[in-house]
Amino acid sequence: MSEVKKIATRESYGKALVELGKEHEEIVVLDADLAASTKTGMFKKVFPERHIDCGIAEGNMMSVAAGLAAAGKVPFASSFAMFAAGRAFEQVRNSIGYPHLNVKIGATHAGISVGEDGATHQCNEDMALMRAIPGMVVINPSDDVEAQAAVKAAYEHDGPVYMRFGRLAVPVINDRPDYKFELGKGVVLRAGKDVAIIATGLCVTSAMEAAEKLAADGIEAKVINIHTIKPLDEELVAEAARETGKVVTVEEHSVIGGLGSAVCDALAAKAPTPVLKIGIQDVFGESGPAWDLLKLYKLDGQGVYEQVKEYLA
Amino acid sequence: MNKLELQKTAVEVRKGIVTSVHSAKAGHPGGSLSAADIFTYLYFEEMNVDPKNPKKEDRDRFVLSKGHTAPGLYSTLAVKGYFPVEDLVTLRHIGSYLQGHPDMKNIPGVDMSSGSLGQGISAAVGMAIAGKIDHADYRVYTLLGDGEIEEGQVWEASMLAGFRKLDNLVVIVDNNDLQIDGRLDDVCSPYPIDKKFEAFNFHVITIDGNDFDQIDAAFKEARETKGMPTAIIAKTIKGKGVSFMEDQAGWHGVAPNDEQYALAMEELEKAGEALCQK
Repeated sequence: MSEVKKIATRESYGKALVELGKEHEEIVVLDADLAASTKTGMFKKVFPERHIDCGIAEGNMMSVAAGLAAAGKVPFASSFAMFAAGRAFEQVRNSIGYPHLNVKIGATHAGISVGEDGATHQCNEDMALMRAIPGMVVINPSDDVEAQAAVKAAYEHDGPVYMRFGRLAVPVINDRPDYKFELGKGVVLRAGKDVAIIATGLCVTSAMEAAEKLAADGIEAKVINIHTIKPLDEELVAEAARETGKVVTVEEHSVIGGLGSAVCDALAAKAPTPVLKIGIQDVFGESGPAWDLLKLYKLDGQGVYEQVKEYLA
Repeated sequence: MNKLELQKTAVEVRKGIVTSVHSAKAGHPGGSLSAADIFTYLYFEEMNVDPKNPKKEDRDRFVLSKGHTAPGLYSTLAVKGYFPVEDLVTLRHIGSYLQGHPDMKNIPGVDMSSGSLGQGISAAVGMAIAGKIDHADYRVYTLLGDGEIEEGQVWEASMLAGFRKLDNLVVIVDNNDLQIDGRLDDVCSPYPIDKKFEAFNFHVITIDGNDFDQIDAAFKEARETKGMPTAIIAKTIKGKGVSFMEDQAGWHGVAPNDEQYALAMEELEKAGEALCQK
């Protein structure tokens, strides 16, 4: 893995905003005193008059974004996932979700890979919260390529979108010429008949690593990247379940309410199948270097491999 | 509109409030009635709006931050001609577009959905910022309850509005001095309200919010104010215009029964007739 290029998806977010901003005058970007961390500072540098720093007041920022959208702008509102989805949940629900306003939420520093800051800043509940809002699209990209494509897709989508980005530099896995991002469509990364591993975000890399290790043991795993948690690609998920009879979900998020729950909801209706949900097991995180935490919570390739192996035994 | 016409119109708005809330058997008459004169002034005198073209781009915007007084807004919009006055009786009924709290998706003339206190003013600030970015001429108005300003978000929004010198924004506080649990001073006093807005770099005007001369002067002064947003602290009487509802916290969120409704309408009819004698 040492040769693989690594980029944090928050960087991708900043880059994509600048590119989109050049083409679309109506894009405005809001932040809550975290422009250096969320990378909206990149946009601010190029378009200072279209960057609105709301100060440390995330609830207000979300409702301000709603007002900007009501007046014809396409606002991208940014903060850490903990504050964008957590603190400002009700503003997102009532000011943005209920009137279905065209606001894009760029939430960075999601999951335990925030690292050293610890549990207060490691949001493992954001996808559960955002998924529950009617009409909200939820995207959790796996790498730089996908994250940049997701920002463009979010702009093109008419309605509220929640985008989940990470602090940690993660391997670039989608830099192939035929890569195409389709909102709501899962991507099959590897074929296999023994088990289906459905992963999202940085855990897609872990799932691929686990699949390689499983292959060495003679187990062929199908690997699916789900970048859009809502609307979920239910057909693809159901098809994989029918094909393999065993499903594993992997996410850097609570096993309550995120990808695992979304997959179970779909399968319960379309193809009832036992599911192993790998993720944060209803606990708070803790401080530590990000890669060490991913290992500790068994979300790295080895951890996923061991859990799948045990599940299949 | 001259003062007498405004007064007559406000009586019609009050009739619509009482009628809709009575029909709904629920809703918020007290704070709708206290703000009826401000609603009337905004839509019949102050704002650049066209009921035949509710979404025209250069219109002035209004956000009812105290969204629970939707009956006041709906009645004003109906009297103004955005939709039939007859529809007011469908308020809060299943299938009606007149939802319990303002719904911008389905109600002509409603510029922002609201109802969760503290959020409307932020949306108004967003609209005012958009106006500044676009160098547009429209102005943005938002009406808050005096209890509502206990929400911290109101001050987050005010900080941003003052900081960004949004002189295209007018924040009106309907200061009827009552919230659900009682007098402001007996619950969790937000006083002094004027000093708070001053501290957030607003131009502050305090008026009798049930007096059209003072309302008129305040909005003219707001228009002349440059380099800072204006806050109008409108001292009003909750339930204004219906004697038995006046200054009673109990009429915050309760509908009149048939007998009370008849009594209220009789009073308003008489008030309207008295104005016609002038």
